[in-house]
Amino acid sequence: MGGAPKSANSDDTFGKLMRVNAWVRGERPAFRLKEYGVWRSWTWGQAYQETRALAQGLLELGISSGDRVAIAGANRPKLYWAITAAQMLGAIPVPLYSDAVAEELGGVLEHAGARLIIAEDQEQVDKVLSILDRLPQVERVLYEKPRGLGDYDDPRLGALDAAIAKGHEKLADPRVAEAMDARIEEGRGADPSVILFTSGTTGRSKGVVLTGERCIAAARDTVAFDNLTDRDEVLASLPLAWAGDHYLNYAQGYVSGFCMACPESAATAAEDLREIGPTFHFAPPRVFEQLLTRVTIRMEDASRFKRWLFRHFMNVAKRWGEKIINREPVSIGARLHYALGRLLIYEPLKNTLGFTRVRVAYTAGEAIGAELFAFYRSIGLNLKQLYGQTEAFLYVTAQADGAVRSDTVGPPAPHVEIRLSPEGEVQFKSPGMFVGYFEEPEKTSEALTEDGFVKTGDAGVFEPDGQLKIVDRAKDVGRLADGQLFAPKYIENKLKFFADIREAVALGHGRDYVTVMLNIELASVGNWAERNGVAYGSYQELTAHPDVATLIMRHVEAVNQALAQEPAMAGAQIRRFLILPKELDADDGELTRTQKVRRRFIAERYGPLVEGLYNGAHDAAISAEITYEDGRKGRLEGRSRIHEMKTFGMEATRPRAAA
Amino acid sequence: MSEALLSLDNVSLSFGGVRAISDVSFDIRQGEIRAIIGPNGAGKTSMLNVINGFYHPQAGTITFEGKTRKRMRPYEAASQGIARTFQNVALFKGMTTLDNIMTGRGLKMHRGLIWQALRHGPALEEEIKHREFCEEIIDFLEIEAIRKTPVGKLPYGLQKRVELGRALAMEPRLLLLDEPMAGMNREEKEDMSRFIIEANRRLGATIALIEHDIGVVMDLSDRVVVLEYGRKIADGPPEKIKADPQVIAAYLGVAH
Repeated sequence: MGGAPKSANSDDTFGKLMRVNAWVRGERPAFRLKEYGVWRSWTWGQAYQETRALAQGLLELGISSGDRVAIAGANRPKLYWAITAAQMLGAIPVPLYSDAVAEELGGVLEHAGARLIIAEDQEQVDKVLSILDRLPQVERVLYEKPRGLGDYDDPRLGALDAAIAKGHEKLADPRVAEAMDARIEEGRGADPSVILFTSGTTGRSKGVVLTGERCIAAARDTVAFDNLTDRDEVLASLPLAWAGDHYLNYAQGYVSGFCMACPESAATAAEDLREIGPTFHFAPPRVFEQLLTRVTIRMEDASRFKRWLFRHFMNVAKRWGEKIINREPVSIGARLHYALGRLLIYEPLKNTLGFTRVRVAYTAGEAIGAELFAFYRSIGLNLKQLYGQTEAFLYVTAQADGAVRSDTVGPPAPHVEIRLSPEGEVQFKSPGMFVGYFEEPEKTSEALTEDGFVKTGDAGVFEPDGQLKIVDRAKDVGRLADGQLFAPKYIENKLKFFADIREAVALGHGRDYVTVMLNIELASVGNWAERNGVAYGSYQELTAHPDVATLIMRHVEAVNQALAQEPAMAGAQIRRFLILPKELDADDGELTRTQKVRRRFIAERYGPLVEGLYNGAHDAAISAEITYEDGRKGRLEGRSRIHEMKTFGMEATRPRAAA
Repeated sequence: MSEALLSLDNVSLSFGGVRAISDVSFDIRQGEIRAIIGPNGAGKTSMLNVINGFYHPQAGTITFEGKTRKRMRPYEAASQGIARTFQNVALFKGMTTLDNIMTGRGLKMHRGLIWQALRHGPALEEEIKHREFCEEIIDFLEIEAIRKTPVGKLPYGLQKRVELGRALAMEPRLLLLDEPMAGMNREEKEDMSRFIIEANRRLGATIALIEHDIGVVMDLSDRVVVLEYGRKIADGPPEKIKADPQVIAAYLGVAH
């Protein structure tokens, strides 16, 4: 592992890499920014000169090797240059989440011990100034956009542009320039290159320390994996502080020499995407979902003929699109039909979304619905999944072109070693692997196994084709009484992909079989009831209707069928389920405020129902305290019917699967 | 104190037998934010219409930048640097945000119609120059995302912002705002207040505004004039107005 030996001392830091780009492709565009309605570009040559000047400017401000330089703001060329400028000096950039509140920023800045803060605009400066009293080690705050800062008089405040100008002025002296070049040359790939703070969903965020040589080695692998070159272009709109941006845009950009275009503002990103037409794109599943919703809504407003055309060709795409993109054999007729659809629907649609030139698109972060995933792939977008971690400097697994599935995250990325612990936890070693958490050795050793693998905290299984499937958080995964793997969230997610099912709670740890308690989705089931002449007076009444039960049973059966296809999961099919008479609600403590089910709490609260699910009864009664919207309390009395489910092929897999 | 940019002396205006404004005098100083408040029908909008030459008062004089006049047409007012927005947004609904703001530059374009239609040579250069100016306004008002959206499709709060943008595109000496925050929610009001303050401080526009939200008025303005039934009943800094018993009785409601 470690830096590639062939070029170990020529380009093992981002500062050196930028210089190489300035030599090799000095005239190629490196950065773009839309400002005042116009795209402005900087070549690698220009960007290098500006960055080097900024490095000199920071040096003049007393920044030197090992100092931490915090950067708060959106994706802007100058902020990327600030990252590289700090790296040229051997200082360590610490990008911050620009939407974090002052309090959170304070915590990170304090922990990182930043001496200098570079803030994008007045908004960021205000946040920083409000906590500066607590941060005695901060000497200077530089801002990029002067607007609104005219009458600020804090002596620590200064303009980033002034630092760059100062640097240019100093570098005019050949001796100074020589010293700066020597400084860049002295940079060591084994030294910390950046500290990326985890988003901190579980407790205080930790600073992940990455080194230059490892970052660059990892990026080289994936640049080769996806054939990225300096002809590629991305729209850099992911948060600077997130490993996704630092990897996909920054590291891959410096390694391959592609162009990073920075949007005018977060609100214009969709339009900027269309104008730039990137060739490499990343977005979380949520964004792809919102895009599809927007398309669907706009199609509903279209004329009847257009609606028909859209529906017709989307069906064609559904049938043949994925097969064509996966290079499977497809008949000539179908190919022609699809080609017509491309001309009339798919290409114009991709153009509207800004995806016309995309060669490689990735999504990651959460489970993506099979239908949603298939939609984008069927219109010819090469959308793939990856699984990553900040501690890995992103890539752990990635899907190769032509071997893409919606329910897996791909085989190990190049040079990544993955293994599953006996408990099913995914553990890895990767080229970009972190060297530790910043000043928290005990947490570092907690995160690593004795032989140096990183523990991800995620439970996964390998599919027969070698692709990894993430099933749940490792701590939530249990086993049935017979030792069968039981991943509640995996089953719940499968159920929730049905529009009729709003929430699901899967039970089974330590039990003989899996059972599920469900919430129906009122909007969708209500609509169905209306169309099918099912009368109901309340949510509770609707849940108890036998026709609704039949409807839901079909979905559960489909899930069982899907589970039966998966050797590792086949034993965890749903045997019995019930529909809860009330909606799970955060006000009652059943969901977290971010709408995640609190499984343990629910199992306790609905104890009698759980008992009914496992004692063979046909129904069970519940009486629970509920909180109304206005805070008043009431009691809910209800009975739920318990439904038996058919399972598929259980006998074949019953004998303990070789898990 | 700085000098008056505009002063109204003994202005009276009536429509037939209805007296909209009777014998009102006040001035607007260079660089200030001046609020005009009063109950419905007090003559506030009529006052703005008098200032920008839409109505011609039967009596009294208006002095703008030292020049006294009795009659002036709206386009003359505009070419002298008086811009305004309207109580009910008056934009070109089918045109984009950018195009609407560009219309605010109309008086500053000097190339002939033919040149402009051909969009060539000097006319193109001129257009680029004006476009740059409009882009600065778009940046200032943070409306980049709707640059190319037809304004008819925009929510009301944004339309108000676009209208302010068009007025600012005129580089006005005096900006008249007729209820810039009517029908807005709290957040939109805060944004609009920020833009008004910035337009005043940074772009140097003197501003006269009509507003019903008293909290906003008191926060924003340097001086307030209060009208009731077409007459001026108070004039002064916000603290003084808040304490004025006549204003409280007429406008803010009598304390019980």
